Amino acid sequence: MEGFLELFGEYDVVGAFWVNIQLTFWAALWSLVLGTILAVMRISPIASLRWFGTAYVNIFRNTPLTIIMVFGTLALWSQLQVNLSGDFQLNFFRLAVLSLSVYHAAFVCEAIRSGVNTVPLGQAEAARSIGLSFLPAAWLIILPQAFRGAVAPLGNVLIALAKNTTVAAVASVAEASGLMKTMIEFRPDLMTQIFLTFALGFVLIVIPIGLLTTWASKKLAVAR
Amino acid sequence: MRNTRYAVAAMAAAAALTLSACGGDSGSDSASGSADSGSGDSIRIGIKFDQPGLGFDEGGSYSGFDVDVAKYVAGELGYGEDQIEWIETPSAQRENMLENDQVDMIFATYSITDTRKEKVAFAGPYFVAGQDLLVRSDDSEITGPEDLNGKTLCSVTGSTSAQKVKDTLANEANLVEQPSYAECVTAMQGGAIDAVTTDDIILAGLASTDANKGQFKVVGNTFSEEKYGVGIQKDSDKCEDINAAIEKMIEDGAWEEAIKKNTEGADYTFNADLNPPTMDACA
Repeated sequence: MEGFLELFGEYDVVGAFWVNIQLTFWAALWSLVLGTILAVMRISPIASLRWFGTAYVNIFRNTPLTIIMVFGTLALWSQLQVNLSGDFQLNFFRLAVLSLSVYHAAFVCEAIRSGVNTVPLGQAEAARSIGLSFLPAAWLIILPQAFRGAVAPLGNVLIALAKNTTVAAVASVAEASGLMKTMIEFRPDLMTQIFLTFALGFVLIVIPIGLLTTWASKKLAVAR
Repeated sequence: MRNTRYAVAAMAAAAALTLSACGGDSGSDSASGSADSGSGDSIRIGIKFDQPGLGFDEGGSYSGFDVDVAKYVAGELGYGEDQIEWIETPSAQRENMLENDQVDMIFATYSITDTRKEKVAFAGPYFVAGQDLLVRSDDSEITGPEDLNGKTLCSVTGSTSAQKVKDTLANEANLVEQPSYAECVTAMQGGAIDAVTTDDIILAGLASTDANKGQFKVVGNTFSEEKYGVGIQKDSDKCEDINAAIEKMIEDGAWEEAIKKNTEGADYTFNADLNPPTMDACA
């Protein structure tokens, strides 16, 4: 117990986890936007858009996140001098959000597409028969029902995203896993307490997400 | 049908028993073997695999200053080079791997600190390093930590050097944290980073690789003191013997030769005030 107090006094553990939560929030937002656009592409009647959506999903889903993250720092920032912010550290934060978003957009796209599959074909046919073209039909009829069916798989993507934010350590973002390394470097005498701190920290972040999405998926499911 | 199912289950159980019996046997064999630590056995030595000039895996053979000292010490303890089993010990896992008896000795840029002594014991030191700066060889502006105003520095996530920059230079310099020094050097080649900072001998090792030769120089103005020790288990009885071996290595010149060989081409000289080091007393 004393060890925990020492650790929390010496290091800003809460601050580090707060960075992970912020990464999760922004990456969830951007990957939802990007993933929805991709999902619409994949169900669209235009073959080239379908092809692009499929290609994006297959490329990014099969590229390790670490590689995308390292590309963000070593290629975009260091070689191409891409700066997403004038502030030195905020730039790395945004590059990390960008990497997390493009990676998880592929999974979000697939989750939404699985939601689309829960919508009976009759809905689309009815939409077209009252004169709606593809985009209004998708936006007004298909997607609202698809999202409600996709809450559970989207929750899984969100949980994976929350844990994957630790990869941002390779993009020079001062988050929890980097702090853990620092703590092990300086306080190996408190190894057990360090391990428990970070294990419990992630449990505290992930379990509420799981409970919330499970509850929401039941609440929002379209009764058929 | 039911009979065959029982037969399969019985066979599986028997197989499991036999296998576990085997495991028990071989386990006690190796345990009694390592307790003797006779010259017929092997010794497990932990090193870095990704630190050129100190501990580096060159596809099955290992090179570097840590490796050379380890080979010498192992030789003095009665183990030939073919009896050494090299094991990778990344920074964050060194204490655990000693405590869980996965290695016998660690030579992996392992600084002796009081908090580490709570978990493991140290022999040595076999080298005293100091935090320094690596810059492009045409850079004459940066000659020490006082010239870092507005510069961009790179170090490894969670390292002592990175923490030192945060504690003492945070207002002047920007710090980029990368998973390893190789990424830092890559970013410096691209021009986004002005200096890489960590212990001088690690920097010298980086600068002397074939790919980097002539491109970078070690500034040579150290601003900390890191005593590299040999990590051993707390109840190990090898400490005195290891110290004697290191002293012998320093005396017969093999120590200095090993440093020269592993930092060749980096224009590096070790801090002669602190090196060669005198051994700390064994606990």
